Amino acid sequence: MTEISLLVQGLLDGSLYALISVGLTLVYGLLRILHVAHAGFFTLGGYLCVVVTNATGSFPLAILVAIVASGLLGMVIYRLVYHPILRHPPFVALIASIGLFIAMEESFRIIFGEQGVAYIAPPLQITLQMGELFLPISKIIAFVAATTLIGGLGLLAAKTRTGIAWRATVTEPEMASSFGINIINVRYLNFFIGSALAAVAGIIFSLTTNLVEPTSGDVWSYKALAIIVLGGLGSMKGTLIACFALGIIEAYCTTNIIGQIMNRDAIAFAFLIVVLMIRPQGLFTKR
Amino acid sequence: MEHFLDSYEISLVVKAAISVIMALSLNMITGFCGQISLGHAAFQGVGAYTAVILTLQGYNFAFATAGGMISAGTLGFVVGLTSLRVRHDFLAITTMGVAFLFSGIVEQTKALGDTDGISNYPHPEFDPFGYMVMTLTLAVLVLAISIYVQRSWMGTAFKSIADDEDTARLLGIDVARFKLAAFVIGTAIAGMGGSIYAHQTTIIQASDFGFIESITILSMVVFGGVGSIPGVIIAAIILTLFPLWSQVIGDYKLLFYGGLLFIMMRFSPQGLSGLASDAVKWARLERRKVV
Repeated sequence: MTEISLLVQGLLDGSLYALISVGLTLVYGLLRILHVAHAGFFTLGGYLCVVVTNATGSFPLAILVAIVASGLLGMVIYRLVYHPILRHPPFVALIASIGLFIAMEESFRIIFGEQGVAYIAPPLQITLQMGELFLPISKIIAFVAATTLIGGLGLLAAKTRTGIAWRATVTEPEMASSFGINIINVRYLNFFIGSALAAVAGIIFSLTTNLVEPTSGDVWSYKALAIIVLGGLGSMKGTLIACFALGIIEAYCTTNIIGQIMNRDAIAFAFLIVVLMIRPQGLFTKR
Repeated sequence: MEHFLDSYEISLVVKAAISVIMALSLNMITGFCGQISLGHAAFQGVGAYTAVILTLQGYNFAFATAGGMISAGTLGFVVGLTSLRVRHDFLAITTMGVAFLFSGIVEQTKALGDTDGISNYPHPEFDPFGYMVMTLTLAVLVLAISIYVQRSWMGTAFKSIADDEDTARLLGIDVARFKLAAFVIGTAIAGMGGSIYAHQTTIIQASDFGFIESITILSMVVFGGVGSIPGVIIAAIILTLFPLWSQVIGDYKLLFYGGLLFIMMRFSPQGLSGLASDAVKWARLERRKVV
């Protein structure tokens, strides 16, 4: 029975990883940038949801505000930060992004305070019991939201004209541009969707822990990077598999001997290094 | 003996000298050889822990420091091996993983004092002034090694690898050997920095060598100008002393670092040395206009 509960736990954690990593993969696929600051939108989403819920008492309104604000800020960040430095070597964008992430966290600390924020009346705090299995409803929502949103995104990419333009820009930017696709708009859309998904992950995180701190995004930021590298950088299928694989591996390893040698965060990177030594191009690569 | 510096000023000089050592050692890897490392503080940590364990066994400071350099250099060799397998963004994330593995393992190991760290270890029998002189001497030594490497054939090979690895290989440069050399030299010096750091303070903890510290060292290299020795030294001194001198900046130290890294990358990716050479060019143009 513990086996099954570990598996379920792993899948639930994996779905949260998926929500945050998808945006990161989208950015990497389009711009070849490791967007470290992506997890800043995760934290921002959590903060906005808690603060707006506490101020207005309306949880749905808070969700809407958090998602839209994070998405818009994502577009602003693209315009102000990444757009001007795309022509420089990739480490320039990487370091700028790290700097931006540190600055974002410190801004959260200054604006929202050192202690972090919590819901006055936490919404959706029900735990379902199935046999010996205890499932907090927020984690089930995370799983459903992740699969729905990512499935929806897949449909969008496969079926709509916007989706086709988007995929064309990822594969062959110059050709796409000569076919009349506005590449800049595709990038804006990309950052909006990616940042909004990170905000959704942040909202779910705020529900499960009922505490959002300035450094809440730290672990997620570094792990999401490990995940997209694991998945082969830019491969959506690889990223999703890596998310769930990591969720399950973490759930199992924390209970056995490996968990005694290193902590949970180190397990993710140990797994990453082992995989990269065997397959330097990640689990799945497009090219 | 009367000194012209008080003990606080001495500790500032030692801190700045350690930063210079760390920044120059990372500059060897990232600046000269073009291999990005987001986990450099982990090597400092390995050096510090090794040195402290050796002093606890009763060995003297010099021996302990040498031990720290060897263990950090050995780990550097292993990480260097990974740089032969993975490149660019993959390497950045792998080295970041090394930093998390270091703290993740140390914090779970009883023998290394887990999250409490190690304290109550013997310190070398120098007075603070003597320690400062020794640290400065070592910093100058590292500077000399940096200049020597940069001007040697090895430095030229490093530069060719940093510019274009595939072309370097095509020209018959043994890319693997030089990458490993850069990692071993750089990380061994970082191990020395770790030993000096550990014997200046009274306690070492895994969190002293975490990801943020790695980024701090990287920001010194980037702020100074990747690969530029004078730029990196000036940046290391400024970025160490500024937050300590000014309390306002001290409180917002991380915001300052983050903002600085970001603004530097956004407006002058070549760092201080880039700004300086731009200024020189501009001054020459101005002079020509006058004539």
